[in-house]
Amino acid sequence: MAALLTLDGVSAGYGSFAALFDILLEVEHGEAVGVVGPNGAGKTTLMRVISGLLRPQSGRILLEGESLAGAPAYRVVAAGIAHVPENRRLFPRLTVEENLRMGAYLPAARRAFAERVAWVYELFPRLRERRRQMAGTLSGGEQQMVAIGRALMSKPKLLLMDEPSAGLAPLVVEQVFELVKRIRAEGFTVLIVEQNVRQVLAVVDRAYLLETGRIKLAGSAAALQQNPVIQRSYLGL
Amino acid sequence: MDIYLLEAIINGLLLGGVLALLSLGLNLIFGVIDVVWICYAEVVMAAMYAVFWLYTAWHWPLLLACVAAIAFATLLGLLVHVIVIEPILGSAPINQLLATGGLLFFLQSLATLLFGTDFRNLGIRLPVLELGGIFISFARLIAFGVALIGAVGLYLFLARTYLGTAIRAIAQDRDVMGLMGANERRIYIITSAIGGGLAGLAACLLVLQYDVHPFIGLTFGPITFMVCVLGGLGNMIGGFIAAFVISQIIAVGGYYFPIEAAEVLAFVFFIVMILIRPQGFLGK
Amino acid sequence: MSVPRDVRLGLYLPLAGVVVAPFFLSDYFLHLAVQIAIWSLVYTAWALMGRFRLTSLGHGAFLGVGAYVPTLLWNNFGVTPWLGIPIAMALSVALALIVGYPSSRQKVVGHYFALITLALGQVVMLVIIAARDVTGGSLGMTPRTVGRSWYALQLPNKAEFYVVALAAWLIGLVVWRLVERGMIRLALEAVAEDEDAAEAAGVDVLREKLKITALSTGLTALGGALYAQYLMYLSPDAMAGVGISLEIVFAAIAGGMYNMLGPTVGAAFTILLTEGLRVLFGTHFVGAANTIYGALLIMFIIFMPRGIVGTAERLWTRPRRPTAPAAPQAAE
Repeated sequence: MAALLTLDGVSAGYGSFAALFDILLEVEHGEAVGVVGPNGAGKTTLMRVISGLLRPQSGRILLEGESLAGAPAYRVVAAGIAHVPENRRLFPRLTVEENLRMGAYLPAARRAFAERVAWVYELFPRLRERRRQMAGTLSGGEQQMVAIGRALMSKPKLLLMDEPSAGLAPLVVEQVFELVKRIRAEGFTVLIVEQNVRQVLAVVDRAYLLETGRIKLAGSAAALQQNPVIQRSYLGL
Repeated sequence: MDIYLLEAIINGLLLGGVLALLSLGLNLIFGVIDVVWICYAEVVMAAMYAVFWLYTAWHWPLLLACVAAIAFATLLGLLVHVIVIEPILGSAPINQLLATGGLLFFLQSLATLLFGTDFRNLGIRLPVLELGGIFISFARLIAFGVALIGAVGLYLFLARTYLGTAIRAIAQDRDVMGLMGANERRIYIITSAIGGGLAGLAACLLVLQYDVHPFIGLTFGPITFMVCVLGGLGNMIGGFIAAFVISQIIAVGGYYFPIEAAEVLAFVFFIVMILIRPQGFLGK
Repeated sequence: MSVPRDVRLGLYLPLAGVVVAPFFLSDYFLHLAVQIAIWSLVYTAWALMGRFRLTSLGHGAFLGVGAYVPTLLWNNFGVTPWLGIPIAMALSVALALIVGYPSSRQKVVGHYFALITLALGQVVMLVIIAARDVTGGSLGMTPRTVGRSWYALQLPNKAEFYVVALAAWLIGLVVWRLVERGMIRLALEAVAEDEDAAEAAGVDVLREKLKITALSTGLTALGGALYAQYLMYLSPDAMAGVGISLEIVFAAIAGGMYNMLGPTVGAAFTILLTEGLRVLFGTHFVGAANTIYGALLIMFIIFMPRGIVGTAERLWTRPRRPTAPAAPQAAE
């Protein structure tokens, strides 16, 4: 059986500026995979390419063997990839529940809305209390819950998380990684991009190191934690 | 209170309903697509002609003619987006505004070509109601009522449906709505069609009160823009309130001064307000 | 944009021919030439602001002030237009600054700027209509005629008026040239690009914007005054309001608002096109000419936002100097 997600020789950029070079990456069903690297390494570009916000300049993107390269964002979502964007990007002047409703915009998800929203509220009871509040008025951690909940509403095969800890206080970052563990426990496949290397390696099975648009290292989370390059540059050991 | 002043206030309120409807359509389009349709009042003009033509030449029942005119304006709104706006969606917003300005000329001249410059009316005289010495035109009363129903309908659509919520959402964050599985282009087209439909509804209400001629858009178009800017471009609630403020200034001003002076007053008020609060009075 | 000298010469010689030719042609062509010259001035004046993204949809207001003030002064107080026109220009600039000062202070740009100026045009038109006791309202008015008189600037001989119109047109081009060569262009280009950054770099944004606004609106008033003196008839629809304001914008864009001769070409293009379509369709199809005109405008903005001259310049220079840096992309 084909891997859930395959990137084969993907290059991408903005105009004449290239941000990603020849990326090879795979995510198997049920896995949690991390992509770590410094600021400006091309991590967000990688997410944008996978979710269809940016067209790759070359290479193949396959979801369960089906090509996705060049498909617009709304097709990619329909194919089963949901994206939790960097800085959450909620609709600030919609209520929490309306944000979740937008997550279920696809016809199939609409039909299952009642059931899924109940399930998201079960996952994040906090959101049930805040359901009628404008999303823009929530705290950072609560906003991250809404962003994740919104992405889960389409019951994706693959959940992309772009810098879930960005802009959050350290204590809240801890909570966010707890959320990631819970989502894993629910059986979702997750591809997570993070600068916060220590914490992401604690929740994923495997990880890639992305530097200046190229994959520099790949391996199991445990192996990378022991890798001297990672230890020196990213874990401060 | 002076009974004539009261009459002016009530008439202002009734005028405000239609203005509010017009501003809703324009603000909806601006809020979602970030484009000002300078030709919005000309879409109204076109729909007024549609009612006029169907009713007087083809002898359709008035209500049916109105429904057809709304459908026509809806289609026109869709075409404005697809033909004029879409090709230049990526260029400076002011170019989009100017392109719709070209459309203004086009629609005006086309109307002149088809119907001449004569003032036309339906030839319907609706009764005038008298309430304790105050005279209120029945046509205005209907217009006010239907405009409010239209506004409530739009509100319910935007608040209660998936599509309506998506329209509000895309006005807040364009890219992310794609990540929700929504086709941005489709939402833009639907929004433009709804904007056109609202113009059509307003046209049905206006054609009951005013003669239609190719340049009628120039008489209330500028007032509509003024209302929208005053309420904050794209802010539908702000525009709704501003419609009633402006219509009161015109109506009450028209009680004390000649009507043009009252409009001048409204425009001066507008310019002063913008210079004090450029984001509109409900802006942050 | 430095065009080689031989190209310039090749451009100016035929131009001079075109400018002189009407003297030898019939009154009809002189009539067209006078109109082209006057509107070239107005469009050039508009483009002085428009090229820096100060898109005014209300230049009809200044045209109206320019047209009505000298005529009112002449009819009621016998003031010669030679004095009346400078007064009208000063009033026009004053009006522009009354609105321009606070709107520049508040950094009103883009849609809001366009709509405020639109409202201003409407105000002037409505004031003219409301003051019907002195202006004749919507019916219009005529300057008190005294026969041929330089003192009253009433020149029924079209050739004579053509000289006046040409002089005014040249004034417009000289102002354009001064702006083009001056610091003000660099400053305003920076402002159009990024107002805050320009301010941080030491550009006195307010001052520069007001300067260009004053130049633009003063010249527009001059154009309005000459048009009224030429037609000897003033009406609020033709001299103020939304319709004429938009016509100014479109003609300037169609010709090319980033080039000195763009607005002039725009004037020639729109007037000859309107005239040609009018001759073609006659009076059978009122509106047909303008319908085509409107459709052309839309296509211009979609496909040629730099106008006729701007587009021609690109086509002209690109194959010869493929390595030349692209002109600033102000319209896109």
